[in-house]
Amino acid sequence: MDVAIVGIGMHPFGRHPGVSGLEQGAYAVRQALADAGIGWSEVECAFGGSASAGNADSLVSNLGLTGVPFVNVYNGCATGGSALAMADRAIRSGDYDLTLALGFDKHARGAFNANPESAGIGRWYGETGLMLTTQFFGMKIQRYLHDHGLPADILAKVAAKAFRNGSLNENAWRRKPLSEEEILAAPMLSNPLTQYMFCNPGEGAVALILASADKATRYTSHPVYLKSVSFKTRRFGSFEVFSPWLSPERAPGPTVEAAAAAFEAAGIGPEDIDVAQIQDTESGAEIMHMAETGLCKDGDQEALLRSGATEIGGKMPINTDGGCLANGEPIGASGLRQVYENVLQLRGAAGARQVPGQPKTAFTHVYGAPGISACTVMSV
Amino acid sequence: MSDVAQASKVAGARPVADGLFTWPDNPKLLASSCNSCGTTTFPTQSSCPRCTGSDMREVTLATRGRLWTWTIQGFEPKPPYAGPAPFEPYGVGYVELAADADGASPVLVESRLSESTPERLVIGAEMDLEIVPFRTDDDGTEIVTFSFRPAGGA
Repeated sequence: MDVAIVGIGMHPFGRHPGVSGLEQGAYAVRQALADAGIGWSEVECAFGGSASAGNADSLVSNLGLTGVPFVNVYNGCATGGSALAMADRAIRSGDYDLTLALGFDKHARGAFNANPESAGIGRWYGETGLMLTTQFFGMKIQRYLHDHGLPADILAKVAAKAFRNGSLNENAWRRKPLSEEEILAAPMLSNPLTQYMFCNPGEGAVALILASADKATRYTSHPVYLKSVSFKTRRFGSFEVFSPWLSPERAPGPTVEAAAAAFEAAGIGPEDIDVAQIQDTESGAEIMHMAETGLCKDGDQEALLRSGATEIGGKMPINTDGGCLANGEPIGASGLRQVYENVLQLRGAAGARQVPGQPKTAFTHVYGAPGISACTVMSV
Repeated sequence: MSDVAQASKVAGARPVADGLFTWPDNPKLLASSCNSCGTTTFPTQSSCPRCTGSDMREVTLATRGRLWTWTIQGFEPKPPYAGPAPFEPYGVGYVELAADADGASPVLVESRLSESTPERLVIGAEMDLEIVPFRTDDDGTEIVTFSFRPAGGA
């Protein structure tokens, strides 16, 4: 049974004082229901979650006590991707025809502060200032640039593109374009990454209504088909966050396997993708993930960025909604934002940031702690 | 090793955690090596994440190794960070160290770096272990931790 996305809803990303994460989640669900032209009582099965804004299943007291089976997902940066994977499987299994995937979140200001003990590491690791995601990102891209002979100024190109695209997105948080010079001149948070090369923890929600493909046109005139969803965790030797040690034996990150599995299941390759949303927690992540997903080869990023290939009008548009850099990262919602953007692009409804030439295929990729990745391939 | 000698002389000084390094005499990082596949972990652990075995022995690590990657922590981390005030940026990196035991693989250890000037941190450069004062507890106890500095540096 193939699966189609027939309804999409989003609560704008950013900061929303006085509006809880759950309320933002409920808002996104109502938007998605309206988009599919259905009521809450028609949803047969639901999967959702947040990292720090409460249990998704408690939303039934807001949306309606319809008896719907509602599964909470608590899977770090892959929360949205995992919810989508299960909502997709619920239909493919033949058990359901109409399901919901939901992600929402609301985080405090500033970098995430992690608890060493909950990650199975001694308290000394946090106490001595080693347990920061930002540090890890700095060290990972530092090594990547070194290994592949890439210059650090391309990091500013990625960020400038993100803010330029975000300025065209009414749901984005950061909507002011910034020049590469401004980005490079910002305070250095973790070499080689400056303040404007990092996304911020934020708030927001995204909901998706999925239907079995044979019934999709009951709900929408523009069904977008979810060709594949894959989700992988790390292998030994992968360079991941919060690692007091690493093996000198390097293995590919979880992205490589997740992307390859998604493409294989979809029956198309990275070269066939018309628009892609990939995890850009910081500028370096987008550069590394371009290669890990198979969209390009290691070291080819500089030429692609300098030629404008990853711009909205380029041959390989990436993060057309401004990505995490312009939208911030409400952990639970982030992966589903990418899918939302691809649905708009494939419907031809992305407005000022529409990829020209009627894109037919799209790809999403999330990556996060402690070494997880989820990817999707979509088509019309 | 002057900093090490200095730290060990301070009355009531203690390491930030037990089991990370030998101290105060002849300081070395403490690690585990898997007797089945040779994988070395830091700090010590009772099982092997590579081969899933649980036959591990304690080994010490070389005090000189090569810098694998680095960054500078440019802003004050949130708790549980407990560094000295006022905050000063510090270097962080992974240093590749051999194990002092036959059959034990090298390991990349994440560490604070005593150098925080970007121009002085070079991937592939030799780095030396040192045990350095980190902060002072409320009761006046000096807390020491491990760090690496460029070899041959001042």
